[in-house]
Amino acid sequence: MATPATVHAHAPQGFIRKYIFSLDHKVIGIQYFFLALTAVFVGMFLSLLMRIHLVWPTAVLPLVGEIKPETYLSLLTMHGTIMVFFVLTTAPQGGFGNYFLPIQIGAPDMAFPVLNMLSFWTTFVGFVVILAAFFVTGGAPLHGWTGYTPLSALPSAGPGEGLGADLWITSIAIFCVASLMGALNFITTTLDLRAKGMTMMRMPLTVWSWFITAILGLLAFGVLLSAGILLLMDRNLGTSFYVPLVVVNGQIMGHKGGSPLLWQHLFWFFGHPEVYIAILPGMGVASQILSTFSRKPIFGYRAMVYAMLSIGFFGFMVWGHHMFMSGMSPYSAFAFSLLTMCIGVPSAIKTFNWLGTMWGGRLRFQTPMLYAIGFVSLFVSGGLSGPFLAQPVLDIQLHDTYFVVGHFHLIMGVAAIFGMFAATYYWFPKMFGRMMNETWGKVHFFLTLAGTYAIFMPMHYLGLAGGTRRYSQYTEVAYLQKLMPLHQFMTYAAIITIAAQFIFVINLFWSMFKGPKASDNPWESTTLEWITATPPPHDNFGGVTPVVNHGPYEYGVPGAAKDFVMQTDPAGASGH
Amino acid sequence: MRTTLGIMATYTPTSPIDHVGRGHKPPAPPLGGGDDGRGGSGDIYNYGSRLRRARLGLACGIATVCMIFISLTSAYIVRQGLPTFSGETNTYVRDWGKTDLPWSLLGINTALLLVSSVTMEFARRQAARRAAQAPVAGIPGVSLGNEKSFPWLGITVLLGIGFLAGQWLAWGELNARGFYVSTNPSSSFAFLLTITHAVHLTGGMIALLWAVRASLLNRPVEARRIVVDITAWYWHFMAVLWIYVFALLGFAR
Repeated sequence: MATPATVHAHAPQGFIRKYIFSLDHKVIGIQYFFLALTAVFVGMFLSLLMRIHLVWPTAVLPLVGEIKPETYLSLLTMHGTIMVFFVLTTAPQGGFGNYFLPIQIGAPDMAFPVLNMLSFWTTFVGFVVILAAFFVTGGAPLHGWTGYTPLSALPSAGPGEGLGADLWITSIAIFCVASLMGALNFITTTLDLRAKGMTMMRMPLTVWSWFITAILGLLAFGVLLSAGILLLMDRNLGTSFYVPLVVVNGQIMGHKGGSPLLWQHLFWFFGHPEVYIAILPGMGVASQILSTFSRKPIFGYRAMVYAMLSIGFFGFMVWGHHMFMSGMSPYSAFAFSLLTMCIGVPSAIKTFNWLGTMWGGRLRFQTPMLYAIGFVSLFVSGGLSGPFLAQPVLDIQLHDTYFVVGHFHLIMGVAAIFGMFAATYYWFPKMFGRMMNETWGKVHFFLTLAGTYAIFMPMHYLGLAGGTRRYSQYTEVAYLQKLMPLHQFMTYAAIITIAAQFIFVINLFWSMFKGPKASDNPWESTTLEWITATPPPHDNFGGVTPVVNHGPYEYGVPGAAKDFVMQTDPAGASGH
Repeated sequence: MRTTLGIMATYTPTSPIDHVGRGHKPPAPPLGGGDDGRGGSGDIYNYGSRLRRARLGLACGIATVCMIFISLTSAYIVRQGLPTFSGETNTYVRDWGKTDLPWSLLGINTALLLVSSVTMEFARRQAARRAAQAPVAGIPGVSLGNEKSFPWLGITVLLGIGFLAGQWLAWGELNARGFYVSTNPSSSFAFLLTITHAVHLTGGMIALLWAVRASLLNRPVEARRIVVDITAWYWHFMAVLWIYVFALLGFAR
């Protein structure tokens, strides 16, 4: 009988089955990685255009020409959407999760390889659809990545709100379906394909983070999908779920009685867990790397797991803190505020444990470690403004200012990106068989760390001074004129930081072909991906199924022969 | 194919677990992977674990569909209770409206779907029995008798098509009574919920046809059983979901 086992043992032949429509989770992981890399450059280019326009409003820019206020809004919308969905959700989970989750638990592949391939190609279609919004009549939509109704529900509300907005919603819906397929696969793989001895409490924290992220995705994306379907119906079938009686350009629209707030509730019920979908994998990677490069076990493994679980749990109960401006009952606002501050507790546990992991360790300051430390730094500085914004009274003051922009870029944008950089520098040798350049890695790190702080820290001051967000030009508002030097500073910082990213890209591609060959375990790590060949064979372990005898972070164990004990080392190796 | 005996023979109680569990009591085997006693490579592809994995995946899929319907229900309740300002009377009024659903037709559809769930269960048990007998049937000289292969799957397909056709008639009937998707919020939701359910049921139909195809092509009984099994659980879920939608439309008018 031709069982899938025998079918599976042979690597597929032919270019198309091997590299395009591959069922191998490693190839799919790399495909996700490059999709996100493309998306991040598109998103970064859009942000550059916005920053330039804020400082030189009359400048005529390449590719886009003169930036009108509505052009600025569509840049803002597309920047947010592409970054949140196709970068922050795609790379950490789809990219690194796909590649390393099966290897780290000792499995030959994901539970459902065909579904895995489908979820990548569905994501790809979603990306193509959203890019198409740039090129249709009217251009890209104006409604921000949050797509607030009624603006997003009325095709006549603005130039980008016609076909562009339909494409935007369709792309999000496609992305939802892809993410749901991915989440299903991740959960089943984690629960069912662990190697012998790999109990839940022996899983690396990266695996925990991908697992919890998948649960969040499974529960959150369905809600966004149905919200999107209601929005498409309001736009195209004349229903009134979200749209009240509105007048656009003196014309009464056909809708009545709908609730714009209904969209906000459904969107943020997805939107807040989405923030954790972006950041949780970064937490996992930071834990893994801090432990490895401190040569110490992770401080409080169980506490880390429970902290991630409770962050995920609370993530579903705090969506209302995005809606303090909506005129909600003060009692609801109080409950949401209190629950939001509760998230500070597990977050503080994690930060404390990361510092505890480094404390007294024999630190190795290689590039992945630098990025992991950078992640912790950004997580703290971005996270601390969270409890500020959780206060309804303060939030009403700060909500529509750059304070919020600074907050979420530091924590959700840059911290998550630092997690991805850390993961790239850490796992690159395993993925591509070569080492990345250390010196240029460090140059890239320091430029990016200083650059991102220089861009996003001033935004907090700008916001406190009343600098409103989403304005395309500050020239007409007298009191905002005084803030222009700050804006100029941020724009210069952005240009330098974006330029520094080319160091990363060149290092990445150069090392892929010219870097020195990597050994199987260049960082002296303990988890399962480092016991196999570099790069791993098609079935990950070359026909052997690993048997796990140790926890994931046994560094510096007293009595052990080396300063690290691989998870597969014989049971006595750690000296007990 | 490896028999149960084969697995026992190659199973080696390797590696003691040194710091899991409390005291001297051996730790309970966790669900799924990890320490559930599987040994040797390739075992994750055996029939039992493939079935368990498929069911686990299906459970995740069902959780997602539940979230979709929970969010639609929450939108339903919010929209229903929402007062709307009326310019004519200068007061807040309820604009939910009424939808005159064809209850008797929907009742027939409900009955069809429930019966199909029963026939699907017979198909599932039939497939499970065959899969269990397969190793014995392979032994020369052993005869299992000729079990009547009643076409439960085929009957389920017909009933499923009947349900979808009935829903189609119900939508036509709604249109005939003057209710369209944008007539009022109540009719919008009636169409939205029934069509969303029908779309998910169509997914189940595709899985059913896949299962029929597997048995027509004479695929290995184990492979067939897995397809039939998860299709059956999904189909039962669809029946329960329909009862829920039916009750929501009926009792929360």
